[in-house]
Amino acid sequence: MLETKQLAFSYDQGQVMDFPDFSLQKGEHCLLLGQSGSGKTTLLHLLGGLLSPTNGSIRVGETELGQLRAAALDRFRGKNIGIVFQKSHFVRALTIGENMALAQQLAGLKPDRERIMELLDRLNITDKFRLKPDRLSVGEQQRAAIARALINQAPIILADEPTSALDDHNAEEVIQLLEEQASVLGSTLLVVTHDKRLKDRFPKQITL
Amino acid sequence: MNLLKLSWKNLTNKPLAMLLSLVLFALGVGLISFLFLVNSQINDKFEKNLAGIDLVIGAKGSPLQLILSSMYHIDAPTGNITIKNVMPYLNAKNPYIKMAVPLSLGDSYRGYRIVGTSANLLELYQAKVRTGRSFRDVMEVLAGAGAAEELGLKIGSTFQSSHGLIEDANLVHGGHPFKVVGILKPSGAAIDQLLLTPAQSIWEVHEHAGMGTPAPEAEEEAPAEDSLAHEHAEATKQMGTMALTNQEDDHLNEDHEHGKPQMQSIINYPDKEITSLLLQFNGHNIMTLNLQRMINQNTKMQAATPAIEITRLYSLMGVGQDALSWLAFIIMAVSGLSIFISLYSSLSERRYELALMRTMGASPGKLFAMIILEGLLLATLGYGLGLLISHFGMELLAGEMKAAYRYTFTGLTFLPEELYLLLGALGLGFVAAVIPAIQARNTDISKTLAEG
Repeated sequence: MLETKQLAFSYDQGQVMDFPDFSLQKGEHCLLLGQSGSGKTTLLHLLGGLLSPTNGSIRVGETELGQLRAAALDRFRGKNIGIVFQKSHFVRALTIGENMALAQQLAGLKPDRERIMELLDRLNITDKFRLKPDRLSVGEQQRAAIARALINQAPIILADEPTSALDDHNAEEVIQLLEEQASVLGSTLLVVTHDKRLKDRFPKQITL
Repeated sequence: MNLLKLSWKNLTNKPLAMLLSLVLFALGVGLISFLFLVNSQINDKFEKNLAGIDLVIGAKGSPLQLILSSMYHIDAPTGNITIKNVMPYLNAKNPYIKMAVPLSLGDSYRGYRIVGTSANLLELYQAKVRTGRSFRDVMEVLAGAGAAEELGLKIGSTFQSSHGLIEDANLVHGGHPFKVVGILKPSGAAIDQLLLTPAQSIWEVHEHAGMGTPAPEAEEEAPAEDSLAHEHAEATKQMGTMALTNQEDDHLNEDHEHGKPQMQSIINYPDKEITSLLLQFNGHNIMTLNLQRMINQNTKMQAATPAIEITRLYSLMGVGQDALSWLAFIIMAVSGLSIFISLYSSLSERRYELALMRTMGASPGKLFAMIILEGLLLATLGYGLGLLISHFGMELLAGEMKAAYRYTFTGLTFLPEELYLLLGALGLGFVAAVIPAIQARNTDISKTLAEG
């Protein structure tokens, strides 16, 4: 489902980062570990098509990311890759519900209120539908961010340090939700982290 | 959630941040549109009242004052002239003159000017009687539509005039009631605000009340009468024969003052006075061109050309208008700058948001369009608000201007120029938003997100 080959990247003539080849099956869950500065976030951005590699290739399903041109890549990403960031951000002018609908529309799908409500319900934040993001607690925001990453039933979910800003209780809840929901959708899940609390949860691990 | 709605929500999420830009923009648009409105309505009034009048003859004084008082009825009259001095122009057989309309000004009723004139004034302004009929006899009044409405005059209404152009109970001419016999259709010209009556009515009121000017003395006769007569040899000949009939008419006149009124043409009263004479020429030739100079140099009267005086008036007003338009454009430019700054600074706050939208599938073009739309929305809002300000302001001012000038202005008309103003406003909104929009389009997703 997700496969990399001889991936390398360098920021403007800086040090070249080489990444190990790996491949993930459909529905597989994997942890990507590494020290700060080891290029974890860079790798995640490469996989999400937010950065273009200087060398090597990334295959998502049947699609070679490097072959997609700008707008097509944006659309592909919106539809096929759900991303959860370390700090959850939203379009602040919109309510949680509208943010969800926006995620569907930007991916070229019809806004589906039923699906949004169902997902919010599963993440236990139905009552936040009409609230603006800044009215939510950090834990609630992270749950809403997960809901947004899952809303389009993307086959691949990438999570960048989803728990590092959370306390133990919330961290546990969030990683559990991620795993659960990815399993329900049959999505491939890749969690980038240096959070030791997560180390033993995933059998498959890649270390940079 | 289309882009427009998204832009709208972005704008309204922090209304205070955009308020200054919006208010500035509205002020700029409002001022420009207000200038358009005032300009077009003043021009309109001036042009409607030109009525093809080529020359105005009156007593010596300011030519602009003569034009303003005789044609626009907004200034004090210059003084009086004796009929026999203008007799050549009143003659229907004068080949150069198509129409000559005498005006006797200076009296009013509750602030509305009473104009002593002859029936061909209606022809000059192409005014039509709506109800009743035109005046036929002394003390009969044909009221302009606006004056009739404001004063509540109907056919058969009577009123006393007062001396001067302002309402003053001490100056009421007693004992000589005017009687309304007709009301004009509204025309949008100054005639709407006038009370028309034969020139003889004015004399009647003044002579009997003892407040008017005494009968003109013979010495008043212009010394240049000879040259005048010389230039209009034929006309003067006519005048001679007229003078003969005048003798008899004067007797008739006396009869009428005592007995049954029988109105005569004013040329039968060479010693009476009028305020001014409006002339329409039969085409333009060397005679008509010289007439003004001739009158100004050789008589105690003056002649003024409306077109020239109005152009002079425009150029006098023009300075103020230029200054105001410059001010309006500077305000517009500042408001454009303000839109630019507020969009630009909102972008730095929304950097992460924009990157996020990119990860959710928005193309760079979409972000560009979103920011441009925000600029255009602000401009449209500012335009709408500005138009509201100017039209509402005009409507408010109209009342005051009417009280001052007896002219109706309105804020309820829309001009084609305002459509161009909309295009200009949208253009400004676009220009102000284009740099922030390019900035948004070029958002470096990875870098922005990594900085989190």
